[in-house]
Amino acid sequence: MKRILILVGILGIVSVLAPFAGPFVILLLAQVLVLGIMAMSVDLLLGYTGLPSLGQAAYLGVGAYLTAILATKYGIGLGWDFWLVVAAGMLSGAATAAFFGLFAIRASGVYFLMITLALGMCVWGLAYRWNSLTGGDNGINMRGRPKLGDLAFSNDLTFFYVVLGFFLASFFALQLLVSSPFGRSLVGIRERELRMRILGYNTWLHKYIAFVIAGAFGGLAGVLWAHLNGIVSPSDVILTTSVDALLMVVLGGSGTLVGGLIGATVVVFLREYLATLVQWWQYVLGAVYVLTILYLPGGIMALFKGGRR
Amino acid sequence: MDAKFWLIQTFNGVSYGALLFLLASGLTLIFGVMRIVNLSHGAYFLLGGYVALTVMKYTGSWLLALPVAALAIAVLGLIVERIFLRPLGFDPLRQVLLTVGFAFLFQQAALDIWGGDNLIIQPPPALSKSIVVGGLHLPVYRIFMIALAAAIGLALWFAMERTRMGAMVRATVDDAEMARGVGIDTSRVSMFIFALGAFLAALGGVIGGAFLGVYPGLDFEVLPIAFAVVIIGGMGSLAGAAIGSMLVGLADNFGKALFPEVAYFSLYAPMVLILAMKPTGLLGRE
Repeated sequence: MKRILILVGILGIVSVLAPFAGPFVILLLAQVLVLGIMAMSVDLLLGYTGLPSLGQAAYLGVGAYLTAILATKYGIGLGWDFWLVVAAGMLSGAATAAFFGLFAIRASGVYFLMITLALGMCVWGLAYRWNSLTGGDNGINMRGRPKLGDLAFSNDLTFFYVVLGFFLASFFALQLLVSSPFGRSLVGIRERELRMRILGYNTWLHKYIAFVIAGAFGGLAGVLWAHLNGIVSPSDVILTTSVDALLMVVLGGSGTLVGGLIGATVVVFLREYLATLVQWWQYVLGAVYVLTILYLPGGIMALFKGGRR
Repeated sequence: MDAKFWLIQTFNGVSYGALLFLLASGLTLIFGVMRIVNLSHGAYFLLGGYVALTVMKYTGSWLLALPVAALAIAVLGLIVERIFLRPLGFDPLRQVLLTVGFAFLFQQAALDIWGGDNLIIQPPPALSKSIVVGGLHLPVYRIFMIALAAAIGLALWFAMERTRMGAMVRATVDDAEMARGVGIDTSRVSMFIFALGAFLAALGGVIGGAFLGVYPGLDFEVLPIAFAVVIIGGMGSLAGAAIGSMLVGLADNFGKALFPEVAYFSLYAPMVLILAMKPTGLLGRE
C-alpha cells in the first residue's frame, strides 16, 4: 500500500513539474510510461506467474500496427473513435496472445522463454516483409495524433498526461488483479505449480488467462507507442524490445509492478538521453545489465525491501 | 520455375544451412550442457568476422585469419563463462539477461574498434571461382562451406560419441547432478563447451563474412535464425542442429524466392508448428 502511495506521489510531482521540462524530456517521460505499461504486463507473467516471456514486443507490435493501419488507411482513431482503437488494440493484443498462448503455455522455464522468442520473431517477420500491409522495413508514418474535441494530442505535454492516465489506469487494474484471489493463485503457481494442481486448480487455464491479459496490456502499450512516435516500424517489434522489457522488470524488481516503471525509467533515460550526451552510452547500458544481474538479483525495489526476494 | 531454379535454390539453401550449422551447433551444445539461452551468440559470430578482418589486414592471409579469429573468440567466451556466468549458478533468467548485457557491450566495442561500415571478408582466389556442373554455375566458396560444415559436424559427432570428453558432455546433458555424483567435473565441461560454442560461432562469422558481410547489427540478425535452427532441431541435440540448419536454410531460400512477402513468417511458422506438436523440438529430449 505504501508502495502505491509513493508511486502516485512521485508521478504527481513529475506531472506537476512536466510543463517546465524541455520538449525532449517530456517525450522521454511519455516513453517511460508507455514502456512501463509493457513492463508491467511482462511482470504479470514473470513476477507473478513465473513465466519469463521473451516475446512481449509481439503484442506491442500488433497494437501499434493496428493503430497505424487504421489511422493511415481508413482514417479511424483520430477523433473520438480513438477510444475504439484503444479497445481494438487491447483486443488484438489479447487475441494474438490467446492464439500464441496455445503454443507457449504448454512449456515452462527456459522452453517458455524460447517459444515466446520464436513467436515474437514470427510477428517481426511479418512486419518486416509484408510490405503491402506494414510498409516493410520503412514502417508506417502516421499523420498526426488524435484530436478529441478541443483536446489535441499533438501537443506533447497533453499527450504525456493522456499516457499518464492510461498508465495509472493500467497500474490500478493490474494491482487489483494481482491482489485478487486469481492473482494469489498465480503466485501459488509460480511457487509450486504441482501443489496447486493437486489442490484442484486448473493451472494451465490460470497461466493462459494471465498470458492473454498481459497480451491485452501489451496491445494497449502499442496503441500509445504508435501515436507517441508517429511511426511504426519493424524495429519496434524486434527482439531487443522484448529483451528490454524483461530487463526493465528484473532491473526494477519483479513481482512488484512498480519495478517495471523504475526499470523503464532507467533503460529509457540511458538509451535515449545518455545517447545524446556521449558516444559510449551502450557501455553503460550493458554494464547496468551485467551489474544488476550479478549484484541486484531482486532489482532496485529490493533496496527498499519491497521486492520479492 | 524450371528444374534449374529448383536445383540452384536447393544448393543455395543447403550451403546457407551449412553456415547456420556452424552457428547453431555451438548454441545447442551450450544450451544442452548449461541450460543457458545464450543471447550473445550472435556477438561471437560478429566478433569472429571482425577479428579475422584485422588479422587479414596485417598478414593478408585468410587461411591464418580463420583459426586465429576462432581461437581468440573462444578465449573471450572462456573468460565470460568463468568470471560472469559460472558464479550465477543455475538461474536461466539471470543468465539470459547477463548474455544480453554482454551482447550490448560487444556490439558497442565492435563499433568503436572497427567502425560502422559494411565490410566484406575476401576469401582467397582459389575459393572465389565457380565451377560448372551439369549446366549450373556453382560457386566454389559455397561448396567449401558445405564441406567444412560437414567436416566439423563429423568431428563434433565423433568427439561426442567416441571420446571420454564427449561421454562426459553427454552425461552432463542428460543429468548434470548425476554426472557430478559419479565424479565428472561439470564445471569444467561447461567451460569447455562454452568456449567451443564461441569458437564455432566465430568460425561461422569468418566464413559467413564473405557473403553476409560484417557490419553492426549483424549479431542480432543472425541470432534469431540460429535460435530457429536450435528450436526446430531440439535444444541440446547436435543431430537436431544439423537437420534444423538444413530445414531453415532451405525454408529461408525458398521462402524468399517463392513468397517474398511472408518470407520470415515461412521461416518461423514451421518452427512454431513443430513446437506445438513436440515442445522439445524434433530430436530434443525432456
